[in-house]
Amino acid sequence: MPKDGGIGASTKRREDVRFLTGRGRYTDDINIRGQAHAYFLRSDIAHGRINRIDTAEAAAMPGVLAIMTGADFAAMGGNPAGWHIPSRDGSAMREPKRPVLAHGKVRHVGDAFAIVVAETREQARDAAAAIVADITELPAIVDMGQAVADPSHRVHDEIDGNLAFDWGWIEDNRAAVDAAFEKAPHITTLELVNNRLVPNAMEPRASIGDYDPGTGDYRLYTTSQNPHLHRLLISAFVMGIPENKLTVIAPDVGGGFGSKIYHYGEEAAVLAAAKALNRPVKWVADRTESFLSDAHGRDHVTKIELACEKDGTFIGIRTETLANVGAYLSNFSTATPTFLHGTLMAGPYRTPNVYVNVKAVFTNTAPVDAYRGAGRPEATYSIERVIDKMCDELGLDPLEVRRKNLLTPDQFPYTTPVGLVYDVGNYQATLDKLIADGKLGDFEARRAESAKRGKLRGMGLSTWIEACGIAPSNLVGVLGSRVGLYDAATVRVNATGNISVMTGAHSHGQGHETVFAQIVAEKLGIPESSVEIVHGDTSKIPFGMGSYGSRSLAVGGSAMVRAVDKIIAKGRKIAAHMLEASEEDIVFENGKFSVAGTDKAKSFGEIAFSAYVPHNYPLETLEPGLEESAFYDPANFTYPAGAYACEVEVDPDTGKVEIVSFTCADDFGNVINPMIVEGQVHGGVAQGIGQALLEGCAYDGNGQLLSGSYMDYAMPRADDVPFYQVDHSCSTPCTHNPLGVKGCGEAGAIGSPPAVVNAVVDALRRAGHDHVTHIDMPLTPARVWSAMNANA
Amino acid sequence: MTKVSMTVNGKAVSGEVEGRTLLVQFLREGLGLTGTHVGCDTSQCGACVVHVDGTAVKSCTVLALDAAGAEVRTIEGMANADGSLSTIQQAFQDHHGLQCGFCTPGMVMSAAALLAENPKPSEAEVRHYLEGNLCRCTGYHNIVKAVLAASGQDVSDVGRIAAE
Repeated sequence: MPKDGGIGASTKRREDVRFLTGRGRYTDDINIRGQAHAYFLRSDIAHGRINRIDTAEAAAMPGVLAIMTGADFAAMGGNPAGWHIPSRDGSAMREPKRPVLAHGKVRHVGDAFAIVVAETREQARDAAAAIVADITELPAIVDMGQAVADPSHRVHDEIDGNLAFDWGWIEDNRAAVDAAFEKAPHITTLELVNNRLVPNAMEPRASIGDYDPGTGDYRLYTTSQNPHLHRLLISAFVMGIPENKLTVIAPDVGGGFGSKIYHYGEEAAVLAAAKALNRPVKWVADRTESFLSDAHGRDHVTKIELACEKDGTFIGIRTETLANVGAYLSNFSTATPTFLHGTLMAGPYRTPNVYVNVKAVFTNTAPVDAYRGAGRPEATYSIERVIDKMCDELGLDPLEVRRKNLLTPDQFPYTTPVGLVYDVGNYQATLDKLIADGKLGDFEARRAESAKRGKLRGMGLSTWIEACGIAPSNLVGVLGSRVGLYDAATVRVNATGNISVMTGAHSHGQGHETVFAQIVAEKLGIPESSVEIVHGDTSKIPFGMGSYGSRSLAVGGSAMVRAVDKIIAKGRKIAAHMLEASEEDIVFENGKFSVAGTDKAKSFGEIAFSAYVPHNYPLETLEPGLEESAFYDPANFTYPAGAYACEVEVDPDTGKVEIVSFTCADDFGNVINPMIVEGQVHGGVAQGIGQALLEGCAYDGNGQLLSGSYMDYAMPRADDVPFYQVDHSCSTPCTHNPLGVKGCGEAGAIGSPPAVVNAVVDALRRAGHDHVTHIDMPLTPARVWSAMNANA
Repeated sequence: MTKVSMTVNGKAVSGEVEGRTLLVQFLREGLGLTGTHVGCDTSQCGACVVHVDGTAVKSCTVLALDAAGAEVRTIEGMANADGSLSTIQQAFQDHHGLQCGFCTPGMVMSAAALLAENPKPSEAEVRHYLEGNLCRCTGYHNIVKAVLAASGQDVSDVGRIAAE
């Protein structure tokens, strides 16, 4: 029987009402009296030396209030990478300064080098067109292989070889892994590209800077997934504004998918302009700017080798990856291809020997950073593709090979050869569930039916694992993180018994306002409607690291539970006093504090009222008020896992791929709101299908972005995707957080791309195209047709 | 600047606009109706869909002056007279047809236009009709489900494992 409230209930989202009636409040919906409008002038070449920027004519144009260029920001600090990743020879990461606005050189098309502020957006844009920029074009470095091979061209003058780092994981194990490969009966090698993607949250980035000369306070409204992280980066690294003089507000945010984790130069520029002009300054990106300047995702070129016995038992995995970081190191760009990628290379399998090498390469392209899944989709894709290729080479069944190598429930906790400790899981259960729900045993009949219609049907599998809620802070500190990765919450019980919860997590589509209220209501035995969730404003919330990496519930939710536990503990003390009983005898159940074994009880509301009107209250031993905060630092990552099956039909005449079914069996641990969890999986799978079939961010050899609008970049549309079958019933609760939750936001985007590609390759091979061993994403009709006809 | 007058959500409105002012700018900046969103600059995403004289249009591709005298309906005008959610809005909430909410106004306006034209669309017809509205969050599953449900069709089996 489904619950109608609290943990496990599919409570309808309270935030929907404002979104469905046009009352959402996104950054561009906010207008401050007196605001001026900013436009950023961006480089139209990929690489060039700035000689002179003449703003005189532009500054004289109607409505123009100020023009600032990179030189005006040169004294400010750089926007840093969040993780320091040393190279395997022990040398330090090479981390060029990332300025607010480009200064000296422009390094990618879209690199902003001037801000124009005017009375209207149109005036600012018109004036920007009148700026004369004398920039000497330099050769663009676009291809990663060329960037590494040809040291004569440098993205950053001080960095030879265009490498940020050359990372080995785990370097000390390399010789042993190589030795295992020497003895292996079979090695499958696959070279593949994990295609570059543009995140494309539907709301473009936007910021409003505001400054109060009376108090010296700055206020930034911005499209952020983690307003405290923005405040920290702007305060401690870029502008030096004291944290207590800067408020960052992320109101309703229209999707993030990683792209709004990062601090971007436009945010500092509008703050500086607001102070200079003593007026609020608003900037809203248009979609073209988003394509040019949002951090992109993926973009790996990988060689993966899988060593195995002839029966498919894994012996080892070895990879060499070139990871594009673009022109500058964005905030998570160094962690994404390393600790969010290399550490996952054992997959959910017993793979005794694993060694990962990643070279992070500077190119004259937009910065590349975490995008939904962040490193884990790249790891999963490499592993799941090479397994299928090995099965093709050895004539083995991909399903049985996976089953044979999956870790078994008795093996947990399991220490992988790449440094993680998986706490719990049951990968056989999700695989069995997938077989049943996807009716995998009946595939041949479906294939025959497709064949009658002239279609080539294929099936692809993916058994994936990920690591969410990066932690604990002391470990990530050793590994190179420059921040802690806890989260924080304050639970404020108001005098009349209703509750405000201030959370450091930020909701930009995940439904926190509903889900977090379900948790607090369940723990306190009160109606969900009595709980209000406050997020996205650094002036209201104690602290927090925000929402990314499927961490909100596992980390932020756990902080909330800890704070609620403190509320209950204090309530018990108050109740003991009011009920004239000892604290040990007070039990809290269903919203009531009662004396065990008696009918003496006080409701939660009565205790709250007493805390604020402490007439009958133990004032000598207990402070009045009922508000508690908690910081929660997880003991370990969480490890969601699952099994996906995709079935496709390929049109043999055109190479067009249709997804005819997609089935997911996931283990997310405990689930708070099944409706929302399913929605997260749907969205993730669609993004994975987008990566596999449609999306490809393309630069030409000169570094011009060819896919700079929705005319050229193929986003998944409603008629590109099917209904998905999703299930999360095979649950093994996380062992180390108080909710037993693991996280579900990235799963779909991690597990789905290899399932799609495996299905297409399977369809072609079953149709007799035995020469097809791999096709790089996106699997456009042209690529599939060319693969099919390569031998013709 | 030119004066333009039209009816928006049943109310007569007017304002001064430039020749290049888009309908969406007039709605958002002139009238403060910020429910209609701008998600792209190439008329691809559909976040700005409104109804002009009963037809769904992308308001980023219509000049405000071209809508002079027209009856315009936006997301702010979609609820029932008593303020409760209309059938289509309620279906989006009931079936979790929105996440971040940014594409939602355009989705609802397109879906309402579809149902006005075709009261009982098939799944394929819904997907085809919504081809001009991008959503990055939902994977479209629950949007399509919500539109089918709003048309009165049974969606209890959608995405569920079919019974043996």
